[in-house]
Amino acid sequence: MSEANQDTTPMIQVNQVWKQYDDNIVLERLNKTVDEGEFVTLVGASGCGKSTFLNMLLGTEQPSKGEILLDGKPIPNEAGSDRGIVFQQYSVFPHMTVLENVMATCGFQRPGITGYLFGSGRSAAREAAELILEQVGLSQALKKYPHELSGGMRQRLALAQALLGKPRILLLDESFGALDPGIRSDMHDLVLNLWSEHKLTVFMVTHDLKEGFYLGTRLWVFDKLRHDPQAPQRFGAVITYDLPVGHMDQTTYQQIDDHLRPIPAHAG
Amino acid sequence: MKKFINQRPGRAFKLLLGIAPFVLLLLLYVMGSDARLEVNPNDKLLPSMSQIADGLERMAFEPSKRSGEYLFWQDTASSLTRLSLGILIAAMLGLLIGLVTGALPMISASLSPLLTVVSLIPPLAILPILFIVFGLGEVSKVVLIAIGITPFIARDIQRRTQEIPFEQLVKAQSLGANTSQIMIRVLLPQIMPKLFDAVRLSLGAGWLFLIAAEAVAATDGLGYRIFLVRRYMAMDVILPYVAWITILAFLIDVSLRELTKKLFPWYVQGGKS
Repeated sequence: MSEANQDTTPMIQVNQVWKQYDDNIVLERLNKTVDEGEFVTLVGASGCGKSTFLNMLLGTEQPSKGEILLDGKPIPNEAGSDRGIVFQQYSVFPHMTVLENVMATCGFQRPGITGYLFGSGRSAAREAAELILEQVGLSQALKKYPHELSGGMRQRLALAQALLGKPRILLLDESFGALDPGIRSDMHDLVLNLWSEHKLTVFMVTHDLKEGFYLGTRLWVFDKLRHDPQAPQRFGAVITYDLPVGHMDQTTYQQIDDHLRPIPAHAG
Repeated sequence: MKKFINQRPGRAFKLLLGIAPFVLLLLLYVMGSDARLEVNPNDKLLPSMSQIADGLERMAFEPSKRSGEYLFWQDTASSLTRLSLGILIAAMLGLLIGLVTGALPMISASLSPLLTVVSLIPPLAILPILFIVFGLGEVSKVVLIAIGITPFIARDIQRRTQEIPFEQLVKAQSLGANTSQIMIRVLLPQIMPKLFDAVRLSLGAGWLFLIAAEAVAATDGLGYRIFLVRRYMAMDVILPYVAWITILAFLIDVSLRELTKKLFPWYVQGGKS
């Protein structure tokens, strides 16, 4: 996909990005471009900086060196409505029902002091919310509060909420990591559907290499190339593999798998 | 036989265990009162139950010879008005200060140190100042309660606001929310039940400041009456008044708890994410 669009500016450009906390270098020498509509899966051992990278796209963290460009301009240094996010937890508002959670998105979309909707704006929001909730399969739970939902339903709600904000980029930070394997694969199907339907660019962080191998269009593996046993914080992780998904053989998989010393599926 | 730490009382037995200490204390009182009255029928320290009932009837159901009012109810109304006004003001101020300092680091940087210092001032120590500034009327008593409780509520609300997961703030922003929308739609509704909790916790302090202010300068009120009749050692009035204050405090606490359950069902059932 990235080969085909070479004449246009890529949506996201990562130029010589380093990230360090004091002396602890987390990421180093990242250079990547991502085109609109790609589905990038980020895998790596825990603590390798893949979530840090996602937070830099989100805007809650900034690169220590280098820059990340969105449409040729530096990415804003705070979260904004062009980048949707689904966290592993705390992603929905506990004091709102399912319907209110999604309708809140419409309230936040317009300028205003309170974010509450009235009259026609409210009924339009209600319609839009019900539509998107049907897409994610939550039509039966409109009046429930998040704590009454299962983990999978809560993440569906978080997805619906994020999608109604019409983001161009959807960031998934181990969003399905805490779910049971069966539910997780349901969620993957859902995300793939939504991705093609809403023409999104998706970045998904996961610690499960298998997920990365079968989802999306592109796989990034974060790993430390250089390692100093005396000073483990001396070198940061880089992207060691950047693979188009669907064209990989078992040896590559095994190679990466061995290299990452993958952690059990429910850790981290 | 289960270990003691794992043993739980059944429903009826639990009720029995709960009532037993009250009955026991009452019994001890009656025995002590009887013993003292037997030695000296004019003893005032531990009046009998019938003497207490007489005292209560005199205060609550007979008009006062001097003013023609039913003092007990008059005192109750005055005290409750002062208390509720003071607590209402404290709750609103505390909510505002706590929310703003908890949510906005720029405001917090300027207000938090001040809040910390103000909260360390013993409110009763500035009671004389309040009397000088606001006079001996209602205002000074209400202000004492408000000043006494506001810093506690404000600091509690500030902490609760900061405890709301960062993810929620980021999420709201990624949906397009601005600062005031986040504060009004995300933070405020989640803080409201915590405000009810904070008010419940500060009621004890509220009563303390109320009774202290009434004891020093007032013409009616539950605290005023207790300190007034102390001069005649009228335990037959003091004891029912103390019991009444306790019952009022209990009722306010219970009704606030029930109101929290009704208004914030998601909170009571443990909604966190």
